[in-house]
Amino acid sequence: MKNPEEILELIKFNFPDLEVTIDASLPVESIISIDPLNIHLVAQFLKTNPELMFDSLMSLSGVDDANGEKTKDEEGTEIITGGTLSVYYHLHSTSLKHKITLKASTNREKPGIESVENIWKTADWHEREAYDMFGIIFLNHPDLRRILMPYDWDESYPLRKDYKNPEFYHGMKVPY
Amino acid sequence: MALKTEEMVLNMGPQHPSTHGVLRLELEIEGELIKNVKPHIGYLHRCFEKHAEAMTYPQVIPYTDRMDYLASMYNNFGYVLGVEKLLGIEVPERVQYIRVIMGELQRIASHQVAIGTYGLDLGAFTPFLYLFRDREKILTLFEETCGARLLYNYMWVGGLSHDIHPDFIRKTKEFVKYFRPNIQEVNNLLTFNKIFIERTANVGILPLDAAINFGMTGPNLRASGLAFDIRKEDPYSIYDRFDFDIPVGEGTVGTVGDCWDRYYVRVLEMEQSLRIIEQALDQIPEGDVQSAIPKRIKPPKGSVYTRVENPRGELGYFIISDGSTSPFRVKVRAPSFVSLSVLGELCKGHLVSDVVAILGSIDIVLGEVDR
Repeated sequence: MKNPEEILELIKFNFPDLEVTIDASLPVESIISIDPLNIHLVAQFLKTNPELMFDSLMSLSGVDDANGEKTKDEEGTEIITGGTLSVYYHLHSTSLKHKITLKASTNREKPGIESVENIWKTADWHEREAYDMFGIIFLNHPDLRRILMPYDWDESYPLRKDYKNPEFYHGMKVPY
Repeated sequence: MALKTEEMVLNMGPQHPSTHGVLRLELEIEGELIKNVKPHIGYLHRCFEKHAEAMTYPQVIPYTDRMDYLASMYNNFGYVLGVEKLLGIEVPERVQYIRVIMGELQRIASHQVAIGTYGLDLGAFTPFLYLFRDREKILTLFEETCGARLLYNYMWVGGLSHDIHPDFIRKTKEFVKYFRPNIQEVNNLLTFNKIFIERTANVGILPLDAAINFGMTGPNLRASGLAFDIRKEDPYSIYDRFDFDIPVGEGTVGTVGDCWDRYYVRVLEMEQSLRIIEQALDQIPEGDVQSAIPKRIKPPKGSVYTRVENPRGELGYFIISDGSTSPFRVKVRAPSFVSLSVLGELCKGHLVSDVVAILGSIDIVLGEVDR
């Protein structure tokens, strides 16, 4: 069983070129931040390293950090430009019993994060959900389609903080 | 002359009695054999997570009821635990005990539906009626406590909406005494029925490594042979005080991890829940159940991931607080959502009629899949 600091040391030791930081100031759990374009490599390491053995991905959550520049359009709807979208990975090891939270932040305008679908199958649907709700593109995902919203939903993503309902969907009025 | 054969796509659902809700399965079949199954979900999507961002923390609780509507108590449980962790508050002992009792009663009620409808899917009508007769008694207990039979809004951040009534302990003890022999009745009626075994043993086998990789939890994972239960593994509330076993699949009539194992683990779990309830009823202290409810719920900045052992598996809440009175983000890791993603893997190479048996055995609730 290892604590987040020890896990961070292990990652740093094995990937000396990678920028990995830990936010230990949070009250409940510490979060390790990792570069979104190297997450696959780190994930593979976390799963196979005999000292870590993170064989189960508990949850994968997309988050709109809403830390960009906020402006209002003529109707008063908030528009966010710039900033980041993040993906949080909650990992757990069924054999060694430790847990860790990873975070990968990507550009909000051109969001791209490596998929971990071929490491943990749980990620398949969770990544589709994050794509569906936030428009985060998971690189190398084999089947990145919408999952909860209709397949032909317009270009917007409902859980983004500046989401605005379309007025019509197939001729039906959307806001009720 | 050779018979002309071709692959065919068959739609099962969205309206279908055996999909347990609104779910569409796209079956690619070659004759009677399944080549692939593609689940299409989202028919019940209400965007709970978006709603939660516009609500204050306590206002989210009724929404959690409506996700896994067969285990509403447990959905409340997971959410309030998460918010309490963010706030850093301790709840009174009495509240902890009542939560555990309610949670375990809910687990039994949920498994009763799972087992009953599973029999129904496979053509056994009678056990369903027996189980619903007993489930009624649990719902009555809930109704007498908080006024609702299905969607309770019972567990609040820091406490409970109502204390249990003076008769509750006696009535629950009576229920435990009454229900215990009835589990044997289910075994006689359904579990060891030859036709039922023929339909479920050696069907839809899920090996342990695949189960872990797909993120299966709860009874589905335990049926594959791993004694993994969050109540023991990562104890929350006061579960570490109780003595109970974790039933695992043993391949009694077929192979470890087949449909029958997934079914039977649920039957055995009901007995374990009864044991927890008995112990909790004996230890329950006196106290005020609303004394720790905060006047104003405004957690500090930060995030928390809490997981509880829902009747269907690991129910996780990832809550991010930005320091205001409503959550910045609530993500629900729904056990049914994850379980359903394994369906395609399980069905490959089986017959069309087995799809119903496999889908029933992973026990999904579509309200939770789509949230």
